[in-house]
Amino acid sequence: MVSTTTVPKATVATAISVRDLSLGVQGGDLILKDVDFDLTPGRILALVGESGSGKTTAALACMNHLRTGLELRGGSVQLHEGASRFFNQNMDLLTLSEKQVRKLRGGTIAYVPQDPALSLNGALRVGEQIHEVLCIHEFGRNGREREARVAEVLEEVGLPSTKKYQRRYPHQLSGGQQQRIGIAMAFACRPAVIILDEPTTGLDVATQDLVLKTVYQLTTKHDVAGLYITHDLAVVAQVANDVAVMLRGEIVERGPAEKVLYDPDHDYTKTLLAAVPDLQGERAMGGGPAVSPSAKVRAPWDNSHDDDVPVANSGQVADSARGANDGRDNARGVGQHDAAQSAHGASSGATAVAAEPARSDEASRGGERAASSTGDTAQVHDRAASPTETKPANEPLVAVRDLRLAYGPAVILDGINLDLVEGQTTMLLGESGSGKTTLSRSIAGLNAAYTGEVLLEGNVLANGTRKRSNEDRRRIQYIFQSPFSSLNPRRSIGDSLEVPLEMSGGMSRKQRRAAVADALDAVRLGRSYINRRPGELSGGERQRAAVARALVNAPSVLVCDEITSALDVSVQASVIELLRDLQRERGLAMLFVTHNIALARHVSHKLAVLEKGRLVDYGPTDHVLRNPQHGYTKSLLKHVPTL
Amino acid sequence: MSAQNHQPVTPETPVTQPAASFEPAESRGDARPVSFFRRFLSQPEAKFGLVLTGLVLLVAIAGPFVVPAWTGYGPTSYAGKPFQYDIFGTDNLGRDVLSRFLEGGWRLLLYSALATVLGVGLGTVLGMLAAFRGGWMDSAIMRTGDVLLAIPQLVFAMLAITVLGPQGWVLVVVIGITHAPRVARVIRSATSGVVAEDYVLASQMYAVPQWKILGRDVVPNIMGPLMVEMGLRMTYSIGAVASLSFLGLGMQPPTADWGLMINENRIALSLQPWGVILPVIAIAILTVGTNLIADAVSGASAGRTTGSARKDK
Amino acid sequence: MILKRLGISVFVLLAVSVVVFVFTLLLPGDPAQAILGQQATPERLAALREQLNLNDPWYERYFTWLGGLLVGDLGTSAATGGSVNELLGQKVSASVLLMIIAAVISIPVGILLGTWSAMRRGRTTDHTLTGISLVLAALPEFVIGIALTTLLSTTVFQLLPSVTMAAPGTRVWDYPLQLVLPTLTLVLVVVPYMIRMTRTTMLDVLDSGYVEMARLKGVPERQVIMKHALPHAIGPVAQVVAMQLAWLAGGIVVVEFLFRYPGLGQAMVDAVQIRDVQVVQALSMIIAAFYVVVNLIADVIGILANPKLRTESSK
Repeated sequence: MVSTTTVPKATVATAISVRDLSLGVQGGDLILKDVDFDLTPGRILALVGESGSGKTTAALACMNHLRTGLELRGGSVQLHEGASRFFNQNMDLLTLSEKQVRKLRGGTIAYVPQDPALSLNGALRVGEQIHEVLCIHEFGRNGREREARVAEVLEEVGLPSTKKYQRRYPHQLSGGQQQRIGIAMAFACRPAVIILDEPTTGLDVATQDLVLKTVYQLTTKHDVAGLYITHDLAVVAQVANDVAVMLRGEIVERGPAEKVLYDPDHDYTKTLLAAVPDLQGERAMGGGPAVSPSAKVRAPWDNSHDDDVPVANSGQVADSARGANDGRDNARGVGQHDAAQSAHGASSGATAVAAEPARSDEASRGGERAASSTGDTAQVHDRAASPTETKPANEPLVAVRDLRLAYGPAVILDGINLDLVEGQTTMLLGESGSGKTTLSRSIAGLNAAYTGEVLLEGNVLANGTRKRSNEDRRRIQYIFQSPFSSLNPRRSIGDSLEVPLEMSGGMSRKQRRAAVADALDAVRLGRSYINRRPGELSGGERQRAAVARALVNAPSVLVCDEITSALDVSVQASVIELLRDLQRERGLAMLFVTHNIALARHVSHKLAVLEKGRLVDYGPTDHVLRNPQHGYTKSLLKHVPTL
Repeated sequence: MSAQNHQPVTPETPVTQPAASFEPAESRGDARPVSFFRRFLSQPEAKFGLVLTGLVLLVAIAGPFVVPAWTGYGPTSYAGKPFQYDIFGTDNLGRDVLSRFLEGGWRLLLYSALATVLGVGLGTVLGMLAAFRGGWMDSAIMRTGDVLLAIPQLVFAMLAITVLGPQGWVLVVVIGITHAPRVARVIRSATSGVVAEDYVLASQMYAVPQWKILGRDVVPNIMGPLMVEMGLRMTYSIGAVASLSFLGLGMQPPTADWGLMINENRIALSLQPWGVILPVIAIAILTVGTNLIADAVSGASAGRTTGSARKDK
Repeated sequence: MILKRLGISVFVLLAVSVVVFVFTLLLPGDPAQAILGQQATPERLAALREQLNLNDPWYERYFTWLGGLLVGDLGTSAATGGSVNELLGQKVSASVLLMIIAAVISIPVGILLGTWSAMRRGRTTDHTLTGISLVLAALPEFVIGIALTTLLSTTVFQLLPSVTMAAPGTRVWDYPLQLVLPTLTLVLVVVPYMIRMTRTTMLDVLDSGYVEMARLKGVPERQVIMKHALPHAIGPVAQVVAMQLAWLAGGIVVVEFLFRYPGLGQAMVDAVQIRDVQVVQALSMIIAAFYVVVNLIADVIGILANPKLRTESSK
């Protein structure tokens, strides 16, 4: 048992150094150009890049694994003397035989894949899968020691180590648990080097936080050299000691994390950093300062109600700002949560006010009256929405009243009340499965199975689009999540964009073409795109085309369903800039659906948090972020990674 | 794929956005798809298949026009004693093998083509309907299909022929019907893939009439599998029609027909093989040809070219 | 879950029996007349109609027929007036023998060659195998059969009998050599499909994340295939095998006719030629039942091989 409890300290300064690594498609383009980096025991190097930058290819090359169709063009991957338990001399991994490489993989160099659901073998029990690595690499002296190690490593990653748990199949575990099995598998043999390929993609923030912590602790504790592949700079700030930024197969900037993240040299790094949303909303992103910054700094065009922040709150603003600093210091964002909690008691009245900002003038006057309410937003809302109190001028453009949707016993949405106001954005925040897409589709009329009402300027809309009038359909437009699926690949952009006009009628083909061309200009694509096919466009360009389709017939309301989540951060920033410009130009009411709370201050005036089909927090963005009422919102705020 | 790379790269965003200079990687050079036809032809299978099929087509279609002018005998007239040995000799009744061979292909081709069109047409409509409408119609169509699938094609055809007699239209209808559930399965899964795409939902959202959605969004996007099915079903139709004729349950004597010729002459396979060999070779070349074409189509619709390679991510 | 599959199978078989029965209703003319010929006296016709229950309404006849099927009584031949059971008795065993031999040879050969081809993806062996199987898969049964006969029996080599001798009182397996050509033909018909589809299945599995992960764990290639890849391929491959066995049930008709093999297929062709509906019906039902059972077995194997389905079905 001795071998399993002592933690061997690395005796080398560098575990692996990659030099001049070049890789290309067989007989085709170069994917990696002269990539250099070193992995040091006890430190994590983050390899950052957007999709297609070649970061995964580079990582897999460290294990001498090339995916089908790729070929090596030159370079070396040196495993240094003493880094491995199995080999004592210096060696170039790229020149080793298949058999020698196999001995290193999993034992000396371990890999944690991106998607555990695909990478764990569904036909094998999880304990068995961990045990297998140990057997192959002859870890431990006998079966009993190996079994003990399986249990130990499971505990190290924070999972139960019981035999019963080990006998489960991957499909019986949650996504976060699956990923921790993947990490346990990688750490099982006490590797010298561990390569993590975006291991938190697809996990919710709380699980992501836990996984990141585990990874960080294990690498430091066991003196493992880590390589962390990611596109998310906020995550980099959480785990990495060093950063290398990749752009189209080349490393353009490298250095210690503090330097690269807070004082970058290369323009691309600056661009990337500028595109990262900031929960505090202090930095500008998406073409301007945040819509709802935490300080009382508002964008010049933002005429939303500054006065809905009662004077009493000024102290909390300071609190919250201090909290933000704390959060950055301990790189976990916990301080900010504490600040939010300390502010909680004092501000429940303000939250109640926040429930109906469209009437906030009146509400802030009656703030004391509402103070008795302790954040049951729906209740406050109902009262506030009663017609006698409504001022026509501030009447919401779209109002959702007591919307409920259930398939048999499964309740997807329940008791939803939501308003969309002209010229303002409401963010609908929720995890996958929270019902946010269902809700946004119900508003757009794509989902007819709901009960309750959706009102447009006070008139109840029919449930399905086909039953709504042309005018109703025209005024509420919905933009789909995936730009790769929302445009028919067999039709030109122009033809696809003409459809809404064609169906609302009253225009000749020539007029429609002109309107489409104008819309393409409006989304900064340019009218030259009119005859192209979606296959010729990049993801960002396609999403702009999809936005243009929603704009062609001059709507009043845009429902944007996770429209930036399939895009790289820099593209996300440019799409958000576009949406903000459009809103300013046209006074659109927007519902911005997302799972990324960090975007909140940048895009939204109001924030609605959806959990398991219920709105658990709802109010002006600033209020909700500072005084979250529900545990779910608090946990989101606590775990979200920040720069 | 580098050959397609010199497509002009357009900057993604206006100059006001600093990100613009880093985004050309965004406009993907390999995105402009090579035309389907070029991809199809780039495969060796396609060329082989077209040549082989063309060869047999030529014989089968041009054949009847040169008989009896070139061969000197009509397809049913007597040319001598049975199983005489000449260039290709005579058959069991003393008719000229070459003349019967040249005359005997077009019916097989015609019936197979009709059965294919019927089967694929019926299957496509049913499959699309099942996927597009869903619900009880889906279950009804697919369950009925399952039942028909439980009876092998040939057995089903024989059942029908027992009752209705060996006639041309019976062959066409019965083979077409037995193709339908198989085609419907494929088309249904292709269609449900397309129907799940957001662009179909977008059309629904804009209240585009259902038939227009089918015509504009669904049909163009299932052309790949549809053409593959066309090729495959043609191969099977030829096999089925020829097999039934061979069993004596298809074309009836004295019609000149390849399948029937094999049936009539196989007793003398060692004595005078040409009466069997000629039609067997023709059928073999034909089915291999159509199968190669089907394979090339499926390759092309899956985006395969001669040296396709997968890129990272 | 397995019970559900079983239920579906029973339903399909019942539906097939309806379809098969409906064909008799389409039959023009009077079966009794067909059996006895033009010269039959009205009394004898009436007696036979009574015997065949032809005076009952169609649904009663259906249930009588179905009831007979369930207890193993296949009905009365319209052509000979004899029992269908008697007519088919020995032929069933002859056909089953042929199919079993063909299946026993082709299943392992098809799966092994398909897997091998997938593992050698892109190399010469793979290209050769895929090419050959693509060509063979296109050929109808009789073309393969005749080619083999020409090659091994008549024109090129004269090694094997080209037709089956079945003197009364002997059984087909008394002369094993005459089984070779029919079996070989069936094998060559079925194996190419198995190779192609097993190859496709294996390629999918080999491209999967868990196989890549296993390789990145340093698992030796043999173990990657045996432990990580194969369990996932079992379900789909079982489907492939089932499909091909079902195909054999149809292909056997042509092959038996070609080699004059005294089995179900030959009986079927004879029956169709003299339009003996009862026999054709009985044979169709036997073949459909075979198809359904084989598919059911494949489904069950698929469920058992997949832990996810297995755990769900045990709940």
